[in-house]
Amino acid sequence: MPPIARGFRGRRPADPDRLPPGQYETRDFPVLAVGPTPPHAAQDWAFTIRGAVSREVTIGWDELLALPRETPTVDIHCVTQWSKFDTTWTGVSIDTLLAEAGPVGAAYAVAHAADGYETNLPLDDLTGGKAWLVWEYEGEPLEPPHGGPARLLVPHLYFWKSAKWVRALELLAADRPGYWEVNGYHDRGDPWQEQRYQGD
Amino acid sequence: MTVRAVREQADGARTVVLDVPGWEGHRAGQSVDVRLTAQDGYRTQRPYSIATAPEDETFELCIEHLRDGEVSPWLANELREGDQFELRGPGGRSFSWHAEEGGPLLLIAGGAGIVPLRAMVRHRLMTGSAVDTSVVVSARTRAGLLYASELDEWRAAGVRVHVSFTREGGRRLDAAQLRPFGLARHVFVCGPTAFVEHTTRVLLELGHDAAAVRAERFGGAAA
Repeated sequence: MPPIARGFRGRRPADPDRLPPGQYETRDFPVLAVGPTPPHAAQDWAFTIRGAVSREVTIGWDELLALPRETPTVDIHCVTQWSKFDTTWTGVSIDTLLAEAGPVGAAYAVAHAADGYETNLPLDDLTGGKAWLVWEYEGEPLEPPHGGPARLLVPHLYFWKSAKWVRALELLAADRPGYWEVNGYHDRGDPWQEQRYQGD
Repeated sequence: MTVRAVREQADGARTVVLDVPGWEGHRAGQSVDVRLTAQDGYRTQRPYSIATAPEDETFELCIEHLRDGEVSPWLANELREGDQFELRGPGGRSFSWHAEEGGPLLLIAGGAGIVPLRAMVRHRLMTGSAVDTSVVVSARTRAGLLYASELDEWRAAGVRVHVSFTREGGRRLDAAQLRPFGLARHVFVCGPTAFVEHTTRVLLELGHDAAAVRAERFGGAAA
């Protein structure tokens, strides 16, 4: 039994079923990144799908905007314990991007970002309408501290998987852990299973 | 974990000294999760920087009096000697430094962002390291400057210390203020999100290697 913090009541969530274990709701939008926001992430922007694909695909900014777009409204969950409800994004489904490349024997992917950040995901977590490449937040261009010009959005996993400033998806037959995943974080990061750290 | 002592640190902030039996140690700059449990079992947790070096005999946090928030008001107003709560961690390993990693070391704080950087300075002092170290602090007011009484000790150990009071004649950190400290091998910037975004942009413009710059931001920019 943990010690009781004398007189502590806390703020009870209005909608506890919506909060994964150990999370609290915030109305802010905290900014987390290991280092600086890359200042030139929008310059010569291109997004590449490579690796275990039948055809390596690189699309530029204008081509991205010409793809069929979706506007998911989702809850997001950061491993540092905050959750934010009803965030609305504009982007293209990863399914749409993968269809152009044609995965071959791929079961995993590594997202590569302009600042050198990497994070790994099972391909199943990127497909089936669960993940997007997004460039607008609440109808406005995505601000650089939040990953602009474009970031990954994988809202059913902790938000470190939704790589900011993403520039490439590398498809792989075998799993290859990314930055946080080799630094003690969980390989998959399902907030509903509270998979924060290795062993959770 | 038991609260051993509480003392005022500066205007708007208090230091909480903890007894943490069995603590497995941390690296200077890391954080811990403070987990509070209410009478009915409700619990919540928030991360706080550890203010002390691994070599320190005490284990301290520094809590700002925030007007809102769920955990900080309790820590800032209710907490007293003898209280107990849980700690989890340490975390935030990417924002940490060990003397063996060398320097030059450039530490830049906005407001309460000085807390994890103070742990790094104390680590340097207590290990007897001679690593070239500079500390640049941006505070609103002299009365609100955290660890003001320790700065002379830092200087005596060869640490360059530059303080700018933004509401008392100083200006926010710019290239002219940061250029004299040169390009460092390890740069740590901690403060409010807008401060960190601004300062890291200036650092990159000055030619610092982005991979050498570690950032820790707090207080969400309202979306």
